[in-house]
Amino acid sequence: MELKEIQTLEGHSDKVWGLSWNPATGTSDIPPVFASCSGDKTVRIWEQNSSNRLWHCKAVLEETHTRTVRSCAWSPSGKLLATASFDATTAIWENIGGDFECVSTLEGHENEVKSVSWNASGSLLATCSRDKTVWIWEVMAGNEFECVSVLQGHTQDVKMVKWHPTMDVLFSCSYDNTVKVWAEDGTGDWECVQTLGESNNGHSSTVWAFAFNAEGDRMVTCSDDLTLKIWKTDVGRMQSSDDLAPWTHLCTLSGYHDRTIFSVHWSREGIIASGAADDALRFFVESKDGLVDSSSYKLLLKKEKAHDMDINSVQWGPGA
Amino acid sequence: MVSGLINANPVIYEKKERRVRSSPTVGDDEYAAEPIDQLEVFDILFNFFFKDIKDPEHPYSLEELKVITEDAIEVDDKHSYVRVTFTPTVEHCSMATVIGLCLRVKLMRSLPQRYKVDIKVAPGTHATEAAVNKQLNDKERVAAALENPNLVDMVDECLAPSYA
Repeated sequence: MELKEIQTLEGHSDKVWGLSWNPATGTSDIPPVFASCSGDKTVRIWEQNSSNRLWHCKAVLEETHTRTVRSCAWSPSGKLLATASFDATTAIWENIGGDFECVSTLEGHENEVKSVSWNASGSLLATCSRDKTVWIWEVMAGNEFECVSVLQGHTQDVKMVKWHPTMDVLFSCSYDNTVKVWAEDGTGDWECVQTLGESNNGHSSTVWAFAFNAEGDRMVTCSDDLTLKIWKTDVGRMQSSDDLAPWTHLCTLSGYHDRTIFSVHWSREGIIASGAADDALRFFVESKDGLVDSSSYKLLLKKEKAHDMDINSVQWGPGA
Repeated sequence: MVSGLINANPVIYEKKERRVRSSPTVGDDEYAAEPIDQLEVFDILFNFFFKDIKDPEHPYSLEELKVITEDAIEVDDKHSYVRVTFTPTVEHCSMATVIGLCLRVKLMRSLPQRYKVDIKVAPGTHATEAAVNKQLNDKERVAAALENPNLVDMVDECLAPSYA
């Protein structure tokens, strides 16, 4: 089994920090599109040419952010792109007749915004920052965004936020070594319903990222503590009850990474990809050893020197 | 009377005599990159003068203050790895993160891009050692800090050669 590089896309003039696949593309008649964001303060939109299968840059979103663009995320409809920047703002872009225009700028965080995520229906947006807070914004008509909650609880820099794939439950991970789960309490207020920390088998250093499996009953987290951790929740309870089923630690993958793991993503087919500070990509799958109730994961493949420097973000594409 | 200096009476160590580097053996490909070793990394770092930007405290180099010593530098050229362990002069030194940042920037500007660098405070020498180490080795925090023009000016001034 081998991982083959198809193409290296050049264009950014500084570190590429993140990327996001446009969910409305990559189907039989629409060529795949993704956005990448960089320390060069721009976002680039890339599209694959259907005849020669090569990728090209179809737009550069510039002159808006005044500092590094750290993360980007397409809305579920693929119509809007949110970009989070160290300049403390989150910009919302729309493709208007082939040109991407910044249609809204979300302000409020006190310092660097690290991550942005849309919920499954596209009605809510979440952002997080070094200011230790997570903000939830409601998407209104006319590209208006209203902040509906400022979530406090993390004691340090919040690295990433992501909504659960099917439920309006928000997750965040932080330099404070924890993952927090946030949900509405029934009266419209958001609160932290669970914290995954060292006392419940959590990480012992900064949690940089996490990802859910397709079913949404498993989550993988990656950390500066050099491990990946797999967490699970009760599917049945998750769908049927009002009350959130807690997440529990399933297993820890240690000994595979010797430098910080910055990014992790779970494919629809169940392959976990990790990107680390040792320039390597690693792929893990569940290994069913025949024992009921026992779950373990094994390394499927390691691609050393996938890049010449640290890997900041890994994202499985459409159809994966 | 409180002097106002963070460390009014630093211990100054004698500068170590510079070990002479042996020239490459005849017959080596003159275009081959020489492996980087401990001494070279020390040379990159030794002549940088630590100053408190607001109030120049001590015009001594990091070497003279024994903030970095040759044996506190670990280099593995084959694996493109460097670890520098530095000793702040005072346990509560508030400049520890700035010194660490300066060390990192200097190495970033001097070593090939393939290098992975870890900067640590020598164990037992700083009151919030774990917190300082964590911040110094969080590359996102370092990147954001280096976008702060005031901090970059401070670092550049610390790294500027002194003509005194």
